[in-house]
Amino acid sequence: MNGPFAAFKWKAALRDWVIFADGLKTTIAVSMVALAIALIIGVILGVFGTSHNKILKKINRVYVSVIQNTPLVIQVFFLYNMLPHLGIMLPVFTVGAIGVGIYHGAYIAEVVRGGIEAVPRGQMEAAISQGFTYTEAMKHIILPQAVKLMLPPLTNQAVSLIKNTSVMAMIAGGDLMYQADSWSSYNLYYGPAYVITGMLYLLLCLPLARFATKLELRTGV
Amino acid sequence: MIRLEGVHKYYGNLHVLKGIDLTVASGEKLVIIGPSGSGKSTLIRSMNLLERPSEGKIIVDGIDITAPKAPITNVRQSVAMVFQQFNLYPHKTVLENVTLAPILVKKVPRKEAEESGMAFLERVGLKDKAFAYPSQLSGGQQQRVAIARALNMRPKIILFDEPTSALDPEMIQEVLDVMVSLANEGITMVVVTHEMGFARKVADRVIFVDGGEIIEEGPPEHFFKNPNHERTKMFLSRIMH
Repeated sequence: MNGPFAAFKWKAALRDWVIFADGLKTTIAVSMVALAIALIIGVILGVFGTSHNKILKKINRVYVSVIQNTPLVIQVFFLYNMLPHLGIMLPVFTVGAIGVGIYHGAYIAEVVRGGIEAVPRGQMEAAISQGFTYTEAMKHIILPQAVKLMLPPLTNQAVSLIKNTSVMAMIAGGDLMYQADSWSSYNLYYGPAYVITGMLYLLLCLPLARFATKLELRTGV
Repeated sequence: MIRLEGVHKYYGNLHVLKGIDLTVASGEKLVIIGPSGSGKSTLIRSMNLLERPSEGKIIVDGIDITAPKAPITNVRQSVAMVFQQFNLYPHKTVLENVTLAPILVKKVPRKEAEESGMAFLERVGLKDKAFAYPSQLSGGQQQRVAIARALNMRPKIILFDEPTSALDPEMIQEVLDVMVSLANEGITMVVVTHEMGFARKVADRVIFVDGGEIIEEGPPEHFFKNPNHERTKMFLSRIMH
């Protein structure tokens, strides 16, 4: 028996479980850092998008359109291969986290903008008329309401962010996908390698996706 | 207390206010009436600069709020506004709605703001709803909370922008009753409304706005019995029947 899913291949994969576990750890760590970066970029640029200031609005438009309309792979390759030419040497972990963070920052900016714009205009007017400044009104009145609307789509963003960290496999990132790929390209046991890897991604993402659905039901979106 | 001098407002090509001159005295109850699209809402919303005039000056309590760098957030603390759609903060309880701005904007100690907030809620008959959320209240109740929220800022002026227009008919009276009792207390009130009974009862002066201009003004007796202008007569005849 020597099919792609032969028993001895599974045995080999389970014996080398540490390799997959290392990849999983890296994927989780990169995802967390990337999510933090994406949230920071997303909130700032999302608020820019709702601003009456034309320049801030323009910054939002340019960022979102450029990042959303070019492949993530190109963005990460760009960071990985171009930055050293500018004298900036970053570890692959950092390149991955920044690359994925920048990419999802654009999507989260749209989620944030949508959430803020979904809060009725009268809320800002009521707050302003009571003497709140624009920033205070955002902080105390608008954002707390917008966050409720934003949570389900944000959770969906977290799911696709986790999956997209697999782009690091293309720059030797040490993430789950990379580990599986390099392990199996050495012994050609692709079958179990990809099935196990897929299951691990599923394990990370499915609970989050379920959570998002629950949130959606609760907010009645 | 409020003075508008040559106020114009344009939305693109639309000329919404056409040179409004208007003075509201301290303690005066001014009622603004007019057909929809007449500019009356823009007019009252310019008094706290929710709408910035394209031309002209607005002076509130001695401060030119249209001047560059005018201390507008300070002025707004003493000019409260009650909106047609109530605009209560839905994520806050009734009491929090009433105390939020006094605590955060005016820096009133929480305890003090809550005590006065409860007193104002009692005044509008909603003390027992202090810990409810706005969505649990009827429209009339929400608008009464909005009035308590305005009062807890201890304003010198309250602007009412069609406060009963979004209410079911059976709830209009409870809101008007609160407004009438306020009127008897000497606070300056500017009210955009279609409630002619209210205007007759509490207004010191009524102005009729149409096409972005003040067409006619006067005390309510004169206004409702012998209006001078055809447009005023037409409007009144349509609204009174």
